Amino acid sequence: MSRAAAASLLLLVGAVGCGGGSDAEAEGDGRVIVSAASSLEPAFSTYAEAVGIDARQSFAGSDDLAAQIRQGVKPDLYAAANSSLPAELHADGLVTKPVVFASNELVLAAPAGSASTIGSLSDLARDGITIAIGDEGVPVGDYAREVLAGLGRPESEAILANVRSLEPDVAGIVGKLSQGAVDAGFVYITDVVAADGDLEAIELPARLEPEVAYGAAVVEGADNPKGAKEFIAGLLDGAGADALREAGFGPPPG
Amino acid sequence: MGRRGPFVVALTIALAVVLLFLILPVVAIFVDAGPGELLRSLGSEQAREALWLSLRTTLAALAIIVLVGTPAAYLLATREFRGKAAVTTAIELPLVLPPAVAGIGLLAAFGPEGLFGAWLDDAGIELVLQTTGVIVALTFVAAPFYLRQAQAAFAAVDPNLLDAARTLGASEARAFARVAIPSAGAGISAGMALAWGRALGEFGATLMFAGSFPGITQTAPLAIFAEFATDFTAALALSAVLVAVSAALLLTVKLIGRTPLLGGVSA
Repeated sequence: MSRAAAASLLLLVGAVGCGGGSDAEAEGDGRVIVSAASSLEPAFSTYAEAVGIDARQSFAGSDDLAAQIRQGVKPDLYAAANSSLPAELHADGLVTKPVVFASNELVLAAPAGSASTIGSLSDLARDGITIAIGDEGVPVGDYAREVLAGLGRPESEAILANVRSLEPDVAGIVGKLSQGAVDAGFVYITDVVAADGDLEAIELPARLEPEVAYGAAVVEGADNPKGAKEFIAGLLDGAGADALREAGFGPPPG
Repeated sequence: MGRRGPFVVALTIALAVVLLFLILPVVAIFVDAGPGELLRSLGSEQAREALWLSLRTTLAALAIIVLVGTPAAYLLATREFRGKAAVTTAIELPLVLPPAVAGIGLLAAFGPEGLFGAWLDDAGIELVLQTTGVIVALTFVAAPFYLRQAQAAFAAVDPNLLDAARTLGASEARAFARVAIPSAGAGISAGMALAWGRALGEFGATLMFAGSFPGITQTAPLAIFAEFATDFTAALALSAVLVAVSAALLLTVKLIGRTPLLGGVSA
């Protein structure tokens, strides 16, 4: 290697190092790093755009994001598709006391135009029907199991036997549905709204419907707790709340 | 040393940084939980199912790749034709495609709503959410690794050897089977190891195209992702197995590379 090449390599290392430094400074003034449940993507994106928040948002399964926080990852804000994951993190001293900021509705979804195949929950137990649900621990998967647990044993077992994919987040289920890879899946009503006609929702009987409450909390030791608090405040009342309603979310339960 | 002292020091530092950075995550997999816990986690049903599925699907993909890829690579290595450069580039493309793009592409081609979806359905072939779909995804991402190596290996075979075989009365096919393949054996084996390693690590295309279900489509990398949130130690344990297998494959490639080309015409 020539001396010039070595010199440019050192320069490169230096430049990358400096880049990291200025990035860290930028986080100080205003940028909010958000880890949020996949189902919040449309609403949170609209919200951040509407109020011009410099939000760096990553969306994934709530349980994967919680696991990242347990491994020491520190976003400023954590928003989950249930209230238990934030509560567990709070109990372990990893996030501040969570705030429930929205509710959602679990529905049975099918690709648009398949009303003839899937009309109700009991159709899921038929032979040859294929289903995608969330994996265990993923909120949308746990809610689905809660619904099935409310059915009789033989029926819930027949339905579980038709499950073909355990998806890491609700986006995976929506993808499988919109590609016609499965006949049905359990998603949120907001996902059906966001799918813009690709999916149709079949409402669950009221007695089986799980309570779906979304919790958010500021991560302990985050760089921008103030920005995170303001972000949460806007979800309860303001542009965030508006964006949530527009996407189909309900007000916090109770 | 003298004048070159500082330069050599700089190079050494650079190498040390590279080594630390690349080795630390791998070492951490084994250190984080400790060997006892790792072994215990491997006893779980889900872990064993995932490893067994990974073994079966990667070997099936490898068999398809070798069976179809070897003659294809031989043609590319030994014949000149119009558009050969374009063909070579096209089959190398999956090498650099992001896995998510591979997944989308497979769905767009072979998914139920894809270009050939109706045709596959009529033929009674189900790929999506099936073990066969995993094999298709693995074959797609891993084949170029084998094709490249095999093509280079065949190109390096001395044409005089093939000519000699033909002069002695061997048919074209016989020369391919008895002379070209043994002569290119080292390169072919290295290509197999590389393709196998890539297939073992496949994640994104499998999840998108085949889904994730224990025992059917949840290969080891998918199980690692599924376990990440619920049981970090189990995810570490599966990762440790993949590290060990991948290291063994890499070592195989290195060792093959060191031995000179096998004699070849021994048959």
